[in-house]
Amino acid sequence: MPANSQQGTQSVSVALVGSGGAGVMTAGTILLDAAAKAGWYGLMTRSVGPQIRGGESAALLRLSTAPVECHGDSFDVLIAVDWQNFTRFAKEVPLSAHSVVLADPAAGAPPAAVADIGLQIVDVPMQELLKKIAGGRPNMLALGLAAMVLGIPEDVVAKVVERRLGKKGGEALDSSLQSVAAGRAAAPGLDGRFALAPAADATAPRWLMSGNQAAGLGALRGGVRFVAAYPITPATEVLEWMAPRLTKLGGALVQAEDELASINMIIGSSFSGVPSLTATSGPGYSLMSESIGLAVAAEVPIVVVNVMRGGPSTGIATKSEQADLNIAVYGLHGDAPHVVVAPTSIGDCAVTSQWAVHLAEKLQTPAIVLSDQFLGQAQAVLSPPLDTGEGPDRLINAAPMASSARYEVTESGVSPMPVPGVAGGQYISESLTHNIRGRPSTLADDHLAQIEKRQRKLSSFDFGARWADIEGDGPIAIISWGSCCAPIREAMSLLNGGGKDLRFIALRLLSPVQPERMAQALRGVERALIIEQSHSGQLYRYLRAHYDLPKDTMCYHRPGPLAFTPGEIRDQIARMQ
Amino acid sequence: MNVEATSALKACAPADYKSDVKPVWCPGCGDYSVLLAMQKAFAELGTPPEKIALITGIGCSSRIASYTTCYGFHGVHGRALALGTGVKIARPDLTVVVAGGDGDGFSIGGNHFMHACRRNPDLTYIVMDNQVYGMTKGQPSPTTDPEWQSALAPGGTGIRPFHPLVIALASGANFVARCFSGDPNGTAQTLVEAIRHPGFSFVQILSPCVTFRPEQKEWRKVVHPAPVEATDDPARAARRIMSDDNFNIGILYRGSRPPYRPKQSETRIAVADLEREFTT
Repeated sequence: MPANSQQGTQSVSVALVGSGGAGVMTAGTILLDAAAKAGWYGLMTRSVGPQIRGGESAALLRLSTAPVECHGDSFDVLIAVDWQNFTRFAKEVPLSAHSVVLADPAAGAPPAAVADIGLQIVDVPMQELLKKIAGGRPNMLALGLAAMVLGIPEDVVAKVVERRLGKKGGEALDSSLQSVAAGRAAAPGLDGRFALAPAADATAPRWLMSGNQAAGLGALRGGVRFVAAYPITPATEVLEWMAPRLTKLGGALVQAEDELASINMIIGSSFSGVPSLTATSGPGYSLMSESIGLAVAAEVPIVVVNVMRGGPSTGIATKSEQADLNIAVYGLHGDAPHVVVAPTSIGDCAVTSQWAVHLAEKLQTPAIVLSDQFLGQAQAVLSPPLDTGEGPDRLINAAPMASSARYEVTESGVSPMPVPGVAGGQYISESLTHNIRGRPSTLADDHLAQIEKRQRKLSSFDFGARWADIEGDGPIAIISWGSCCAPIREAMSLLNGGGKDLRFIALRLLSPVQPERMAQALRGVERALIIEQSHSGQLYRYLRAHYDLPKDTMCYHRPGPLAFTPGEIRDQIARMQ
Repeated sequence: MNVEATSALKACAPADYKSDVKPVWCPGCGDYSVLLAMQKAFAELGTPPEKIALITGIGCSSRIASYTTCYGFHGVHGRALALGTGVKIARPDLTVVVAGGDGDGFSIGGNHFMHACRRNPDLTYIVMDNQVYGMTKGQPSPTTDPEWQSALAPGGTGIRPFHPLVIALASGANFVARCFSGDPNGTAQTLVEAIRHPGFSFVQILSPCVTFRPEQKEWRKVVHPAPVEATDDPARAARRIMSDDNFNIGILYRGSRPPYRPKQSETRIAVADLEREFTT
C-alpha cells in the first residue's frame, strides 16, 4: 500500500504485462525515463522467459519521490495488454485487494490468480480504441494509461517518446503519440490515489542506468582498457555496453571462443601492462576457475565480474540468486588468496567495480566482483554514482636491473612488476611453484615463501572503510549483501521507531575477511540476523566460519528467483525485536 | 592501450637468448634442437629478447620459455594461444611466439587452435609434435597412431590421428610449415620466415621423444624437403598435405589475409564523456 497524503503518494508500483513482442518493455523504459525527467526516482525490472521472441513478458516498475531499488510487497496498478502466459510470472507480480487492474475485456477474462483476489478491475477497451488509430500500438496505449494514473505530465512523456522512437520515422511516431493520447483519455480517475507527490529534490541530478552499465562504467573509470569475454546471460550487457566505448577510449573488447579463452586473454593482456577485465555468470565462472588460480600464482591483476543467476548448472539464466559466494571465495584449487567484492546497490556496481580494478592492480591478484541478475539487469533512476578517482596504481619496475627478481619477497608481499619490452626486466610469469626469480621450484622453502608473500599482499593491505556500509547503531545487527540490501533498508524504515534498535552492515568486501573491522562494527550488538538469497545459507556459514558473531545469530535465507520484498524482511526483523 | 617500451637495437647472438636454467628434458630430446633453432631465429631477426614474449602452456616442450632470456609466460595446460592473443592485442609492438606440444595444442587446447587460426593475430605458433604425452609418462596424444600401445590405451586408441596442418589451413592460418628438430638450421630459417609473415603462422616441428617413442629416432632417415615451393592457394596446400607422407619438411602455405587488429575508433573520448548518456 502506498503511503497516501494530500499531495499524492510517495511510491507507486506498476506492472505492464503482455506477451513477448507486445512491447511492454519499451513502454516501461519510456515511463521510467519520463518519471526521471519529471523529477522522480524509479526502478524497472523485467520478467522474461527463456524465449528469444514471444513467451511471457512484464515490465515491473516502482516510481518514488526518493531513491528506490527494490519492489514493494504488492503492485498498485497492473495494466494488461493481454493475459497470455501471465500465470508463468504471476508470482513475480503480487497483487492485493487494494490493487487496480486495467485490462481489455476483448483480451478475455483475467486469470483466476488475479480475479480471485477481489481487487478492482477497470475495463479499458484497448483494441477498440486502437482501431481508430492507423498503426495504433497497444504498448503505447498502456503507457498513456500508466502515465495518466501516475500523474506524469503529458509533455514530458511525449518528449521521451519522440526521443526514443523518433528514428522509426514520422508515421510510426505519430501513431505512437496518438496511442499514448488515447491511453491518457481512457484512463480512469481512481481518485488520484496513485498520483505521485513531487520529489523533494526534483532538480538534483539523476542518472538512468542498469547495474550492468554501472559495472562497465566503474571498470572504465578504474582504468580497464581490455576486455575479453564470451556472451552469457545476465552479464552480456556489461560487455555490449563496454565494447563500443572501449574502442573510443583507445582500448578493445574481444569476443573469445569460450570462457577458457577469455580469462586467459585478459591474463595475457594484463601481463603486458594493460588493466583487463572479463564479465560472466556462474557457468562461465566455473570454466574460468583454473585460470583465475593461474592469475593468483603468477600474480597477474585481473577483474572478473560474475553477474550471478540461478544455479547450479545452467539453472535459471534470466533470474537472480546469490549462490556463487562459495565458488567465488573457495573455488580455486590450492591456497589461492584473492579479492572478492560485491556491490551493495545498482549504482554501487560502478563504485565496487572501480574499487575492484584498483585492488586487483594494487595487489597483483584477481578481484572478483559478485554482482547479481537483479542488480545487473534492473534499470534505475538514481543519484549519479561517485567516481572514486582510483586508478590502476600497479607497482611497476620501470628500470629493472639484472638483480631484479619478479617475485621478490617484500614486506607488503607486492613485488615490482616489469613491463614486457623493457630491457633487463625479462622474467617468466610462472604457474608452477617458483622462486623469487620466477624459476620453477619444488623446494619447500620456496613454496612457503611464495605462498606467504601472496597471502601477505591481502592480509597487510588496509582496505579502509569501504569494506562495508554501516547504518545505525542499535543492538540488533542485520548483515547482508548485494541485491538484498535495498529491501532491508526499506524494511528498517517500515519498522516501529524507524528501526532505531537496528544496525545494518552491508558487506562490500567478502574476501579477505576483516575480523577487526567486523568486531568494531558489532560492538554493542546483542543479536544478529544474516539475510541472503541462497538455499544453503552460504553467507551465514562463511561469516560463522570467519567472524566472531553474537551467540544469538539467526539467518533468513531462501533461493531465488523471487526477490526479497521489504514486508517479508520486516516480518523477519520483527521476530528478532 | 598505449603501454609501449623502447629499447636500443643491438646486434644479438643466439647465446643472448639462452638462459642459465637447466632444461628438464631427457638427454636426446628433440626439443633441445628446437630451443637452439629458436635462438638462431631470434638472433637473425635481430629482435632483442625483451621485445619477445614467449608464451607456453603445460608439457615438456612448454617448459621452453624458461630456457630463454625473453619475457615469458608459462600458463596452464592448453591455453597458451589465448594468453598469446591477449598479449598481442594489448601490445602489438611485441613479437609474440606461442609454443607447446601436441597434447597442449591439439587436445586440451584444440578449440583455441582452431579459433586462433581463424582470428589470425600476428603471432607465431610452434608445436613440438612428438605424438605422445611425455610429462605424464607416455599416453597417446591426438597425433598418435591408432595402433600405438600404452598403459592407458592397451591395444591402441583405435582413433584416427588429428591432422594439424590441414586443420590450420581449413581454419584460416596465414602461414603453414613443417620442420624437423634434427635440422636446427633449416628450422631456424623457417621460424624467421614464420615470424616475419604477417598474421597467424603455424609451424609444426617433428620433435622426437626418445624416452617414450624411441622409434622416432628413425625420423631422421625419413624426413625430406617438400618437393615443391609453398603455395598461396589453401586448397592446393591442403591437397598436398593430405596426400604427403607426413614427413614433408618446409614452408607449405603462405597466405595474404590481413592480421587481426581490434577495430580502432577515429573519435576519441574521455571516460567523463560517458556520463552524459545517463543523465535524464
